[in-house]
Amino acid sequence: MKSQLEFRANSAHLLLTLTDSEFTMKPAPFDYLTPQTLGEAVALLERFDNEGEDAKIIAGGQSLMPMLAMRIARPKVLIDLRRIAGLDYIREEAGVIAIGAMASKRSAEESDLIRNSQPLFHAATSLVGHRQIRNRGSVGGSFAHSDPASEYPAVALVLDMQMKAVGPGGERLIPADEFFVTYMTTSLEASEILTEVRMPVLPAGTGWAIQEFARRNGDLALAGVALSLRIEGGVCRQVRMAAFGVNPTAVRLPAGEAALEGQAPDAAAFARAAAAAAAALEEPMSCIHAPGEYRRHLVKTLAERCLVEAAGRAR
Amino acid sequence: MTTKQRINLHVNGKAYERDVEPRLTLADFLRHELHLGGTHVGCEHGICGVCTVLIDGRSARSCLTLAVQVDGAQVTTVEGLRNRQTGQLHPIQQAFVDAHGLQCGFCTPGFLMTTLELLGENPDPSTEEIKEALGGNLCRCTGYESILASVRLAAERMRAGG
Repeated sequence: MKSQLEFRANSAHLLLTLTDSEFTMKPAPFDYLTPQTLGEAVALLERFDNEGEDAKIIAGGQSLMPMLAMRIARPKVLIDLRRIAGLDYIREEAGVIAIGAMASKRSAEESDLIRNSQPLFHAATSLVGHRQIRNRGSVGGSFAHSDPASEYPAVALVLDMQMKAVGPGGERLIPADEFFVTYMTTSLEASEILTEVRMPVLPAGTGWAIQEFARRNGDLALAGVALSLRIEGGVCRQVRMAAFGVNPTAVRLPAGEAALEGQAPDAAAFARAAAAAAAALEEPMSCIHAPGEYRRHLVKTLAERCLVEAAGRAR
Repeated sequence: MTTKQRINLHVNGKAYERDVEPRLTLADFLRHELHLGGTHVGCEHGICGVCTVLIDGRSARSCLTLAVQVDGAQVTTVEGLRNRQTGQLHPIQQAFVDAHGLQCGFCTPGFLMTTLELLGENPDPSTEEIKEALGGNLCRCTGYESILASVRLAAERMRAGG
């Protein structure tokens, strides 16, 4: 009897809790600031860092919002970059395509410059999430978030991209192979803000491909491969391969690259290179949907398909 | 408790000014502050698409958007579809009725808003293009074929001036 009463009391308490207006708020409380300039934003980050407060930058919010909703992230302060003018450009500067960090993925997808001059980045953009996500999600956000299953870091490794960061000490360029550190961790300092990503225009005749496998279209990939190559004098040259969704960050696949360099672009060579790339992967991640060895298998299959596709595009 | 922030925005053409907590999502703002219950919430972390609204004409998940982020924006919800003068359903809504594009109806507002953006940009989409555009909306009744048929019917009627 006593326990029943207790149960009722607990239920009543639960009901009271659920009808409280707090119930509609999934994220933990935070303050929200909208600086007007980059300098102001950097100064805010520096101040909160010195005070030991957890401040987070929000751009499109498409990766951060789920983390806030699940309270995986509980920052004290969100600093929204949306009022800072001039961070959403997409332009060419002497053979380099520069994308402002706040440019939306949708604008990258709709950019003729990117479609024509850097089709690998364009194809990767179309693979990110769904239309609703790409409408609001920023290009820079995916780089700074650095999800292991994200397409952009792999493309960044293939294309030798550079990230421009602004901090208290000024501006610096970070090469892709130094930018992605581990799970959702970049080499950005606590008071630095990613402002731009830079990539070369794809040289004419270069073959490229990106393929991924996800359980549903638009889901985060279980594994994916991005690559580029040239065919010169009847053999493969400048082979650059990377995988995503397999290790804590995107990784280059040097064994696959070496296996194909100088080889004739035929099915047997592609199969050998894909197998070499997959075999050399270090401890692929495991989860309930995909054990590590399955991910290794996916990389082999996707790499082979990508090589065939890229060779078909190479001139 | 954090400081409330004042926001000004238009929802379905009507101007609103409210003071909101920064952590309030746009979905909850629409439902609990403006009492526009047509925007449903499902997963609340950006997977299911039922909370899709248009922000400045482009589809967005209102659960992945904070109300404070849409200060100054034009938001369109499913309540904004019906013709305000005549009360008539939007051709997309009518097509979903006629082609059985809904079963339980829970996911329907999201599908309608995503379709509104699609047909605004591409009045004659192929079935593949419709599938790609609607890929971010889940229907747990799994009535996808009827939904595709509804979108095709809506596109046809809207091209004919419906």
